Amino acid sequence: MRNKLVKTSAFRLSVVYVLVFGLTILGSVVYIHWQAQSFISRNIDDAIDAELKGLAEQYRQGGLGSLTRTVAERSLTPGNSLYLVTDASGRYEAGNLRAVTPELWNVIGRVQFAYRRPSPTGDEMRLAIANVFRLEGGYRLIVGKDIQERREFEALLRHVALWSLLAVAIAGVGGGLMLGRRLLARIDAVTQASDAIVSGGLGGRIPLTGSGDELDRLAAHLNALFDRIEALMTGLREVSDNIAHDLKTPLNRLRNRAEAALRQEQGEAAYREALQDTIEEADGLIRTFDALLNIARLEAGAHSTSFETFNLGDVVREAVELYEPLAEEHGLTMRIDDFGPLPMCGEPRLIAQAVANLIDNAIKYASGEQAGGSGAGLTIAAAESGPVIELSIADRGPGIAEEDRDRVLKRFVRLETSRSQAGSGLGLSLVAAVARLHGGTLKLEDNRPGLKVVMTLPRGETERWQERLAAE
Amino acid sequence: MRVLIIEDDQKTASYLAKALKESGHSAEIAEDGDTGLAAARSAHYDVMIIDRMLPKRDGLSLIRELRAEGCRTPALVLSALGAVDDRVQGLRAGGDDYLAKPFAYSELLARIEALVRRASPEESAARYVVEDLVLDRLSHKVMRGGQPIALQPREYRLLEYLMKNAGQVVTRTMLLENVWDYHFDPQTNVIDVHISRLRSKIDKNYDKTLLHTVRGAGYMIGTSAQ
Repeated sequence: MRNKLVKTSAFRLSVVYVLVFGLTILGSVVYIHWQAQSFISRNIDDAIDAELKGLAEQYRQGGLGSLTRTVAERSLTPGNSLYLVTDASGRYEAGNLRAVTPELWNVIGRVQFAYRRPSPTGDEMRLAIANVFRLEGGYRLIVGKDIQERREFEALLRHVALWSLLAVAIAGVGGGLMLGRRLLARIDAVTQASDAIVSGGLGGRIPLTGSGDELDRLAAHLNALFDRIEALMTGLREVSDNIAHDLKTPLNRLRNRAEAALRQEQGEAAYREALQDTIEEADGLIRTFDALLNIARLEAGAHSTSFETFNLGDVVREAVELYEPLAEEHGLTMRIDDFGPLPMCGEPRLIAQAVANLIDNAIKYASGEQAGGSGAGLTIAAAESGPVIELSIADRGPGIAEEDRDRVLKRFVRLETSRSQAGSGLGLSLVAAVARLHGGTLKLEDNRPGLKVVMTLPRGETERWQERLAAE
Repeated sequence: MRVLIIEDDQKTASYLAKALKESGHSAEIAEDGDTGLAAARSAHYDVMIIDRMLPKRDGLSLIRELRAEGCRTPALVLSALGAVDDRVQGLRAGGDDYLAKPFAYSELLARIEALVRRASPEESAARYVVEDLVLDRLSHKVMRGGQPIALQPREYRLLEYLMKNAGQVVTRTMLLENVWDYHFDPQTNVIDVHISRLRSKIDKNYDKTLLHTVRGAGYMIGTSAQ
């Protein structure tokens, strides 16, 4: 866990951040320190020089007596100025410095020294800077400034810098660790949830915190991914279940029939008939197999690369024209609403197949005995509505009960009533798959009486349509 | 006609060869792509039946190679892949027709006969004549016994395709593909209804029937049914 935490990007980022931030603080503290020091030193030097100049003036005008008087006077005012006037032997004449230390005695000019100052708690040693000036007759004038406070200020500055650096480092690293741990905990939750989903049959989903942050978005994306995988897996399972059912049953029939024909000696005509039946059964199997494969391929989106712009109106008209004689033979009239060009982007052969399937279905189911009467017929309409084209095929047949409508569109679900009908019974599933491939939908509605199938197809990118029209 | 069968499944190949011989044709078998290519180069065939998935060299590259060499022998591609784009690939590679497995022999025979005929100069004839039925491809007029027959555009195309293949069986899927450009099996007898409509126009009032139904196979226009 510790090792993992140190490895998180949040922790690494905060370490880098702390380093950069700490260096910046250090730099600015050093700069402030240096600036303050040189400013204060300059001030002290200037003050000492000014006092020296003033006292030198006193000495020139009034001699030693005037100097000692002024020094004694100034020594009385409280402050950090230090004065001392001694004779050639170092004996005290005037000033607030009581004694001459050896380092002060041996030097002429600027010197830093320690001195003893009386205070309520006893004498204390303090630091000072002074300028030592030799007067006539061995007398010395010492003018200085107490710099103990300055020293203390510098120490304070160093302390502040050190502690703030420490605080920044602790806060930064600690914050990074906390952030990293929080992030890790959430990522671990996502990882565990997805592990559970993967090992548990894709049922669950990663819980979202609802904050909408990037981790939530990631979890939502993962959930969408799981949804897609689950849908594909369900599809696959349905396909295999249906293959098992829809192919095994006729295979079994085929086998039984061949076996029955072999079992007893029969005439050539009987064999011929049995073989003919076998071929028909095999053809039915092939059709079912083709339909299943086609739907599976459509579901996998295998065709979407061959999309082109075409006129849906033409496709519908051609399908109607193909089925018109058949409808007529079934006693149905086909009415096609007048519609202009309906450009859309898709796979025209698949759309043609879907439309043909729908018309085929309508003829198959609407031509029963219930469909008699004056209203018997198919109405095919198509119209643009916003970004989609709505294509509807309405019949006057028995229709589909409302509770069955959704079910019949689900992949491979067939109504018991239609299982007995000719054909693979996968026609509507194929149409739904074609619609889905094009990003459209297939809806079943009540035509009162009869069934109305509405296929909604997005027009898609048809901008080249105008160019094509112009070229033609 | 001489048929070259390039197919790696021995059972399918020998069954096809046997059936073709029974229909009065001669057939030779090559079992992989390279042998097939060598056979196609060394002798003249009227038509080739090429399986798409072959050992050593796949069917499509074989056709591409032959076409690049200038070989124009019509080729029918056989494949277990039957989706729209598989078909397009097969035709783009230089195949002349595409048949998805499994198929009916009658379908295959009708298709290769149509391919051979298409390669012959009669294909571009301006008029198709079967007995007293005449179809003029320039004026789009149809006459029987000197009497004009009015046909819908689609009926005209249906008849044109049948007459182009006169004397040969044309299957329902061939009609759907060539007349309607539909490449799927509509599962109901749509084509039969169109044929019976056409028949009522060109045959009904005449003694001799020209448009025949061939049981289990398709249709044929000609003097006699087989």
